[in-house]
Amino acid sequence: MGEKKGPILVVGGGISGISTALEAAETGYEVILIEKRPSLGGRVAGFHQYFPKLCPPTCGVEINYQRLRRNRRVQVHTNTQVGAISGEAGNFTVKLVKSPAYVNNKCVMCDKCTPVCPVEVPSDHDYGMRNTRAIHMPHRMAYPPRFVVERAHCPSGCDKCVSACPYDAIDLDMEAREFEINAASIVMATGWRPYDATRLERMQFGALPNVITNVMMERLAATDGPTAGEITRPSDGRKVETVVFVQCAGSRDQDHLPYCSSVCCLASLKQANYVRTANPDARVYIFYIDIRTPGKFEAFYSRTRKDSNIEFIKGKVARVEPGEDGRVIVEAEDILHGGKVRVEVDLVVLATGMESNLKANGLDGNIVHLDEDGFASAHLQQPGIFAAGVAQGPVDVNSSIQEATGVALKAIQVAAGE
Amino acid sequence: MANKTGVYICSGCEIGEATNVEELQQVAVNEFRVPVCKIHPILCSEEGVNLLKGDLENEGLDRLVLGACSRRYHEDTFDFGKEVVVERAPLREYVSWTQPHQEEDTQMLAADYIRMHTTAAQMKRPAIPFEQNTEEAVLVVGGGVTGMTSALESAQAGYVVHLVEKSDRLGGFARKLHRRTPSRSPFERAESPDLDELIREVESHGRITLHLSSTIASIAGAPGDFSVRLTANGSGEKNLRAGAVVLATGGKPYDASKLTHLGIAHDNVISSVEFEQMAASGRLVRKDGQEANSVVFIQCAGSRDPDHLPYCSSFCCTVSLKQAAYVREFGADKKAYVIYRDMITPGQYENFYRAGQNDPGIFLTKGDVSGVHENPDKTVTVDVDNSLLGEKVAIAADLVVLAVGIEASTRDDPILNLQYRQGPGLPDQQYGFPDSHFICFPYETRRTGIFTAGAVHQPMDMNFSRKDAAGAALKAIQTIELTKQGKTVHPRVGDETFPVFRLDQCTQCKRCTEECPFGVLEEDARGTPSIHESRCRGCGVCMGACPVRIISFRDYSVDIIGDMIKSIEIPDEFEEKPRILIFACENDTLPAIDMMALERIRYSPYVRIIPLRCLGGVNLVWVSDALSVGFDGVMFMGCKYGDDYQCHFVKGSELANTRLSKVEETLGRLQLEPERIRQYEVSMNDYRQVAKLIETFAADIDDYGPNPFKGM
Repeated sequence: MGEKKGPILVVGGGISGISTALEAAETGYEVILIEKRPSLGGRVAGFHQYFPKLCPPTCGVEINYQRLRRNRRVQVHTNTQVGAISGEAGNFTVKLVKSPAYVNNKCVMCDKCTPVCPVEVPSDHDYGMRNTRAIHMPHRMAYPPRFVVERAHCPSGCDKCVSACPYDAIDLDMEAREFEINAASIVMATGWRPYDATRLERMQFGALPNVITNVMMERLAATDGPTAGEITRPSDGRKVETVVFVQCAGSRDQDHLPYCSSVCCLASLKQANYVRTANPDARVYIFYIDIRTPGKFEAFYSRTRKDSNIEFIKGKVARVEPGEDGRVIVEAEDILHGGKVRVEVDLVVLATGMESNLKANGLDGNIVHLDEDGFASAHLQQPGIFAAGVAQGPVDVNSSIQEATGVALKAIQVAAGE
Repeated sequence: MANKTGVYICSGCEIGEATNVEELQQVAVNEFRVPVCKIHPILCSEEGVNLLKGDLENEGLDRLVLGACSRRYHEDTFDFGKEVVVERAPLREYVSWTQPHQEEDTQMLAADYIRMHTTAAQMKRPAIPFEQNTEEAVLVVGGGVTGMTSALESAQAGYVVHLVEKSDRLGGFARKLHRRTPSRSPFERAESPDLDELIREVESHGRITLHLSSTIASIAGAPGDFSVRLTANGSGEKNLRAGAVVLATGGKPYDASKLTHLGIAHDNVISSVEFEQMAASGRLVRKDGQEANSVVFIQCAGSRDPDHLPYCSSFCCTVSLKQAAYVREFGADKKAYVIYRDMITPGQYENFYRAGQNDPGIFLTKGDVSGVHENPDKTVTVDVDNSLLGEKVAIAADLVVLAVGIEASTRDDPILNLQYRQGPGLPDQQYGFPDSHFICFPYETRRTGIFTAGAVHQPMDMNFSRKDAAGAALKAIQTIELTKQGKTVHPRVGDETFPVFRLDQCTQCKRCTEECPFGVLEEDARGTPSIHESRCRGCGVCMGACPVRIISFRDYSVDIIGDMIKSIEIPDEFEEKPRILIFACENDTLPAIDMMALERIRYSPYVRIIPLRCLGGVNLVWVSDALSVGFDGVMFMGCKYGDDYQCHFVKGSELANTRLSKVEETLGRLQLEPERIRQYEVSMNDYRQVAKLIETFAADIDDYGPNPFKGM
């Protein structure tokens, strides 16, 4: 083999980026893994379970963290984003910008700081469904395991956490810093964001507290979520008896996301199972256009379909409006049987789709090239730059990791100097 | 070897407030005579690490016991190279964050963890990687698009490839394709298969050796050193060596002749494979040669059908959309009807679906086909129920195409003909596909170094197969690289310890060779096992299986765990301090226990926790060890087992369950409540549940009263 060139830069520390980084490193290549948030883990760190096994994502994340801890070939930089890229395949120069976390690696998570912190801030990780203090742990599976300060929320002059910290781990004067690295190849694994549900005017998201999105539902079901895993109504904390899932909330819609987000059907089937496991009397209605459960997922669909308390209604939701006592009324066409269906339920879950983060973060045209849907299709990229996971198209976790593994090889081919 | 142990107790993270650390120091010094035992306020600080480094050098230590945080933290901070055994006594997670401070029980608990881990440190030995002459070639089986892509991707990374194809030419199923479904934005039109270019690249690559008209007669050996025997042209034989294998033999179209309920016996009902070839030949005709003007495509022909293929074949919807577009190319008056149940065009294939919807000559109808009849003029009528608005529809057409699904090529042919004690094929997971069981680890395989890609891996289309081909190639190369260094692959990547067998005491019971989840062990005619280290994942299932306890790792053995158990101080029954032993799987249960600590969830101070690589390593002698030293109960906590198992070593927690069921009888004979030994399925998210399980178990133990063997 040729002389190994500089390291592989992986941008994004979600499940795809972590997988690419580890697969390349375990094959013997140096990797720099950057993540803009204070912790690795990405979207899956907020999920309760994966379909179709209904197993916790933490299980695989933990193994991956273990692999990271034991592998000196991966350098992890959190709070870090790409500033600019120059050069060419085999020899890129990348400017990285590391924003301050205000907590250094002396933090042992002793939690002496949060009780003295005077401000509460809505938790990003929980989609605002609960507050944390300005200083907090990003989430239970944070990697690196340390706290972070949301400095913008700190009252001016407050340094109570600094005095409370026995380990000299908090530095409120920490500044952003820029540094340059060399990379042979670059993998964009920047992931996705849920489609902004407030743009779906008829769905009343934001107006009615009991209309939530599927990512919020994951947090409601999660043991470490805002309700400690109890699925309750956000408006009053009452147990949920009836739920509507609205499929294709934004997806397959020329006015929003023209493509199918490919995971939402399975996500709703999974979440219907959460509801039914938590409450044997609960009733679930799923409004769909097509149920897309390709391959072996069919078994999960047919198993879920056997549950007589889960009703599948083919039809697009036309209207959502407030009902009695905090409930929500959902109206839709029943395409298979004709006529309108109207149900009044405790909770409406919008199966919002996935939007590529690349579309919003300003890297388009410069570092990556996006197709009409906002994805970094392989054929559009310059040599040496690759995309993995949802950055290159809407896929589920399993497929993301398959792609991330293949892309690791593409990145290696450049780094190997072949 | 020096065997000099230093014990270091961190007083940070409230350990100093929870316990009397000087007394803990005395335990190490007085009971274990360790040459060095120090207390430090923050062991993970630069100063703390420097203290350790200095002592390693100046005191000649080769083992460290760190009474500090759990080993899930600062693993790299406390890595002092392979020669130094580092043993972590998690005084933070198991004591100061989960127990009341300054209480007798808390102090006893901390002292026991110092005892257990000092005992372990003194017995563990540094790992030594295995040595093996590693062949750096990748064997790719199957010369279709997937196999060619795997071969090319591996070669482009610098590896030599042997590409084996049973027919006399490359291309596989793609040769039959007129066009392929769109692979790139805007995903609206079918594309040329680009097969010739791919074949040319493969044929001209200097590192790829082609073996056409060849099949695998046998594969013996192990990753890094597979001996492959090829049968060429049905007669001659060829031998070659390979370091890893990618199986890319694709799938077989479902046998359409079985679809009698969809009218396959009629003249003008054909399979989608036949239709593809017809389109490629530039004709659109009925069997009698007359031009066809209308074509009905029936989706899920055999797929999603419990009588045929219970799964969805994934690609048939896009195939029919593609073929409907072919129909339209034959003339503006041609009509195509697609009868589907759910139009499965995920992701950007939605654009392709929309293109079909926008074509006025393509009629897409949701419904269930209830009958397919031949008319006197040989046209065919398809009856559709449950279509939109509940109507029944009958569509007459010149031609009916059944969109057939796919079966794995390994379904009734092992193909690889592995010379493994556990059989010639890859263990399949579901429906005959030798897929990974793990969502997070799609290339996990039960035959180390052998990976599947493409339609033999999972039902998938050609576009995704090409990505999958690269993924499998990476894993093959990675296996070669790790094997070269004598290291284990996933999930204990980089581990350099392997089971060692004291064969002079082997009774040839064959339990280890049968139970190994990865088929690592072979046996001779008498049944004596032999190990292929590079197949091994280090789970320790063999160690747990062995009734005569002759299998051990350098840092993990029946004796080490047994002595850890025996090092624990058991108060006599009159002190009313029961003791409960927990064997915890390190993959999920141990992190869950750490989560309890992060949440400061309290649990009984009477438990003592011993981590295991996998619950499958449980050797029953530990149960008798525990009961004979006076433990009142033993909890086994590991991953979920059954169909949706979560055990990273596939069968570990299930095997533990089988073994433990045998203990019940023994306990009964000893007049002990069988419930004193229990196994629990714990996943990482269950951390609150773990505390409850412990409390319930402790309450039950109270009810049973002390173990009568205590103090005997």
